[in-house]
Amino acid sequence: MNNEQCTTLKVLDNVPFGQVAGENLFFALRLERPEWKNWQPGQFVMVRPSGWAFDMLWARPFSICRVSPRDLVLFFQVVGRGTRRMAELKSGDDVLVWGPLGNGFAVEPDSPTLLLAGGIGIAPFVGYAHSHPKPWNLHMEFGHRMPLSCYPYESINEKIMGDAHLEEKPEDLTRFIELMDRRIAEHAEQNGLVLACGPTPFLKTVQHLALKHSARCQLSLETRMACGVGACLGCVTKVADDMHANGVAAGRAQVCNHGPVFWAHQVNLSEG
Amino acid sequence: MDMRLNLPGLPDFGFKNPILTASGTFGYGVEFAPFGDLTALGGIVVKGLSLKPRPGNPMPRIAETPCGMLNAVGLQNSGVESFLKEKLPKLPWRELPVIANIYACDPGEFAELTSILAREQGIAAVEVNISCPNVKEGGILFGQDAAQAARVTEAVKRVAGDKPVIIKLSPNVTDIAAIAKAVEDAGADMISCINTLSGMGVDIRSRKPLLANVIGGLSGPAIKPVALRCVWQVCRAVTIPVIGIGGITSAEDVLEFMLVGAHAVQVGTANFIRPDFSFRLVQEFEQLVEKMGITDLEEFRGSLKL
Ligand SMILES: Cc1cc2nc3c(=O)[nH]c(=O)nc-3n(C[C@H](O)[C@H](O)[C@H](O)COP(=O)(O)OP(=O)(O)OC[C@H]3O[C@@H](n4cnc5c(N)ncnc54)[C@H](O)[C@@H]3O)c2cc1C
Ligand SMILES: Cc1cc2nc3c(=O)[nH]c(=O)nc-3n(C[C@H](O)[C@H](O)[C@H](O)COP(=O)(O)O)c2cc1C
Ligand code: FES
Repeated sequence: MNNEQCTTLKVLDNVPFGQVAGENLFFALRLERPEWKNWQPGQFVMVRPSGWAFDMLWARPFSICRVSPRDLVLFFQVVGRGTRRMAELKSGDDVLVWGPLGNGFAVEPDSPTLLLAGGIGIAPFVGYAHSHPKPWNLHMEFGHRMPLSCYPYESINEKIMGDAHLEEKPEDLTRFIELMDRRIAEHAEQNGLVLACGPTPFLKTVQHLALKHSARCQLSLETRMACGVGACLGCVTKVADDMHANGVAAGRAQVCNHGPVFWAHQVNLSEG
Repeated sequence: MDMRLNLPGLPDFGFKNPILTASGTFGYGVEFAPFGDLTALGGIVVKGLSLKPRPGNPMPRIAETPCGMLNAVGLQNSGVESFLKEKLPKLPWRELPVIANIYACDPGEFAELTSILAREQGIAAVEVNISCPNVKEGGILFGQDAAQAARVTEAVKRVAGDKPVIIKLSPNVTDIAAIAKAVEDAGADMISCINTLSGMGVDIRSRKPLLANVIGGLSGPAIKPVALRCVWQVCRAVTIPVIGIGGITSAEDVLEFMLVGAHAVQVGTANFIRPDFSFRLVQEFEQLVEKMGITDLEEFRGSLKL
């Protein structure tokens, strides 16, 4: 996939979504559209605002949320130093972006497809739902801890079926997992597809359920990244032996260029 | 202007410009091909190669620190044979020096690796990473002991044929000049320095180390003053060419390393700031040299006024 580019893009706007205790922690960052020939939902970009000095060297990885003829939209949550500074981006600011990186989610127009999103893991499913040729074959279950207004849920909900589940108490999580269990079983019966994106504990649960029901399932992994292009070996995950043919070294594959989307039976999520 | 420098003792070897990429930060080069013309670089040093595939360290392996980063990747690689078969043919080695960086646990293994690489037309030189423990001699790092560093150098030189041998020094030593002198006397053709500085980071909330390996190597602009000091001391101790490494992020930095005596430099962590970093640096370097009115890099090199 030699379609990757490194370009400086202008911020069109950076719109806060919802509030948490009076603070803006979620943003839709809209950038000029890069001159990409093509992209797939599930792929990501590395983002480094041009105004950053060298106190923070790395760019940050973000899923491609949506691409239109006019813009590239990313959706991010403030979790640390980098994203806190990204929250201050204003229209007209320059941002360095390289991508599209990695491989996207499988698209099988005629297969019933279950989208399982945990928190900010909803981001790639916006593009997935909007670019899918037969959105009536999609169903989403979305688990979240912050108010629903923090997430780009509406823009998916207007396209496809599904529900959102707020997790406030431990029982909520148990109920959500039971629901995912049933949905995964249903999709496995129809030889459908299960796609998941979210924090690692969530992915581990989905992986466990998918293997239990022998569902065809893909997981989008999150690890710390420095280069985004497969060079630093900082982002690896343990993988099954059958991936070795693809030039994977000694049982570990880079999430950035061999993923971030992997088949559930091929990865081992035991490492931090 | 000609950016080529003479390398003393190596009449048939040269870099078309002094900017190379550092081992472990530029993959096998091919990863960066979408972002620039590899042949514009002075050279590429590939990720550390070992005889057998190595799984590397557990995750997390990298952490960002102020003006730098920590890594404990642990030399994950699929082995030298796999590199020669799968990666090297994809590199434009006819137009660009491809330098193999090697890693081993004893002098015999270093020699075995070198003899495999010495046969390869596509390999321009061998860079020996001596920042690794000598497993057979109680685990002290080869790079921390002058006698052991010399022994590895001799073992590698004996089988290197016409390939220049670059010994890559660790800064985690009491007297880097003494190690440099020892490897020069043992026959090294060039020295590169520095490798990463030993460091660590912790998270007070989770109470965990930032790296699974606890201790890692610090790199990036934070280490540049240490690197510059090391290169200066090494250049005063030896007559073989020296390649400066450590925290380089600008054309000015490249000239700083040349001013203290380096013949060339390697760019490491800066490749993560943006994937076209090294390609742009080559251009910026040419512009800066012109703007400063430097007409002879040879004359500029090592001209620090004391
Ligand atoms: C392929 C991929 C796609 C992603 N897509 C999105 C997205 O669409 N929206 C979004 O908000 N976030 C996304 N992330 C996560 C995002 O990259 C991190 O939240 C961000 O890098 C944190 O930067 P920071 O400087 O604010 O946090 P830091 O100060 O660097 O770290 C804060 C915390 O976040 C953790 N962290 C740092 N980097 C990552 C990372 N890459 N993955 C997971 N945890 C990390 C740290 O370990 C730490 O606990 C994605 C990550 C990956 C790998
Ligand atoms: C992620 C990473 C991996 C590295 N891997 C190797 C390696 O395999 N062999 C080696 O000799 N040096 C390795 N290094 C050290 C670099 O080549 C370089 O010496 C060091 O990072 C200092 O330069 P910098 O500050 O420009 O990064 C690695 C550095 C980093 C950051
Ligand atoms: S982020 Fe560098 S190899 Fe994946």
